[in-house]
Amino acid sequence: MNKEFLDARRLLCPLPVIRVQDKVKQLNAGDRLRVVATDPGVMQDIPAWCRINGHRVLQTEEKHGEFFIVLEVGVQ
Amino acid sequence: MSEQKKAAALISGGLDSMLAAKVVMEQGVHVEGINFFTGFCVEGHTHAIRSKDKAKPKRNNSLWVAEQLGIKLHIIDIIEEYKQVLLNPRHGYGAHMNPCLDCKIFMVDKARQWIAENGFDFIITGEVIGQRPMSQRRQTMPIVARESGAGDLLLRPLCALNLPETLPERQGWVKRDLLHDFSGRSRKPQMALAEKYGFDDYAQPAGGCCFLTDEHYSVKLVDLWKARGKRDYDLDDVMLLKVGRHIRPNPDFKLIIAREEGENRFLQGYRKQFISMEAVSHRGPLTLIDGSPSSEDLNLAARITARYGQGRDAQQVEVKVLDKDQERLLKVKPLSVDEIPEAWHV
Ligand code: SF4
Repeated sequence: MNKEFLDARRLLCPLPVIRVQDKVKQLNAGDRLRVVATDPGVMQDIPAWCRINGHRVLQTEEKHGEFFIVLEVGVQ
Repeated sequence: MSEQKKAAALISGGLDSMLAAKVVMEQGVHVEGINFFTGFCVEGHTHAIRSKDKAKPKRNNSLWVAEQLGIKLHIIDIIEEYKQVLLNPRHGYGAHMNPCLDCKIFMVDKARQWIAENGFDFIITGEVIGQRPMSQRRQTMPIVARESGAGDLLLRPLCALNLPETLPERQGWVKRDLLHDFSGRSRKPQMALAEKYGFDDYAQPAGGCCFLTDEHYSVKLVDLWKARGKRDYDLDDVMLLKVGRHIRPNPDFKLIIAREEGENRFLQGYRKQFISMEAVSHRGPLTLIDGSPSSEDLNLAARITARYGQGRDAQQVEVKVLDKDQERLLKVKPLSVDEIPEAWHV
């Protein structure tokens, strides 16, 4: 299992979702991706994107105005 | 059993493309959504920026639509390529800077490439004849099909009965008599179909799918090109035209003044790229300066910035100017309302 990191700070939605999508394409089922972003919209959009595309959100967290999401890549 | 056919549906986040996808899914076709991001899309941005919109959690309508339909959604970044569409539209602009017909052709062409790369059979759009004055007319339907190269791989389920048969119909992948004959500007048939499928709470954008249909936005875009002497833009320009009050006292520079806390925070992120200023003796907004101002211009900009802060009636306001890492303080008298001509407001 790989653990990857994606910095989507200062991007506004839907760009963080697009970056997550493009990154996840290069990963395998079971890999984990940790995303940090500053647009609060990611707290809705990334989980929604995961639900429709079969990935799992393991954790979401807000710290000092930054939003962290950990997701597990599903079968693609 | 014959192999299940696959269609890519252009999903804008609005009702029509949602219904079009659903009509085809009902016929047993495997559908996945494609959503194009031009940078000008109404989705998200301003909600993310402006504090006053925060009470209602924003959602991305195309993701929401895909979830309601239970289909995958592929969001495609076309910011760079879209420049050619916006800057040189062969079919011209709509009421404002919206090159809708060229935009449609471009998106269907991208979808055509996408289905070829991903092993899909045809393309679905939610177009309806007569729905939009520029891009959705009887004459434009064949133009989109032809110039995109999609030809009869392009199916418009909501108005298919008013159009010639397409390949998916001829091949029996979808039954023509289960498609629709909507036309004109009325939204009633769409609303009835939405009710039949149990869709509510769908987005109903007033103008179109993007900021280019907005008069004020278009004026600001044209002003930017004129001031720079060339028609070009990058994503930061696109974003900044959505934010703040834009005031141009002369062709050399303009001010972008935050109108509230959320915009203030958003503009903070641009302080390294622009000269910025804000009052320090009184509370007031953050201002970015775009262009090449002289020191006289900067003085004027400081007076305008002061006018929009709590020191507007003071004799003197101290304004901190930050240019890269250089910081200095200007002591200025705020301009009065009548000293800022209407013509300066972009
Ligand atoms: S409104 Fe904007 S996104 Fe929609 S077709 Fe016109 S130019 Fe394209």
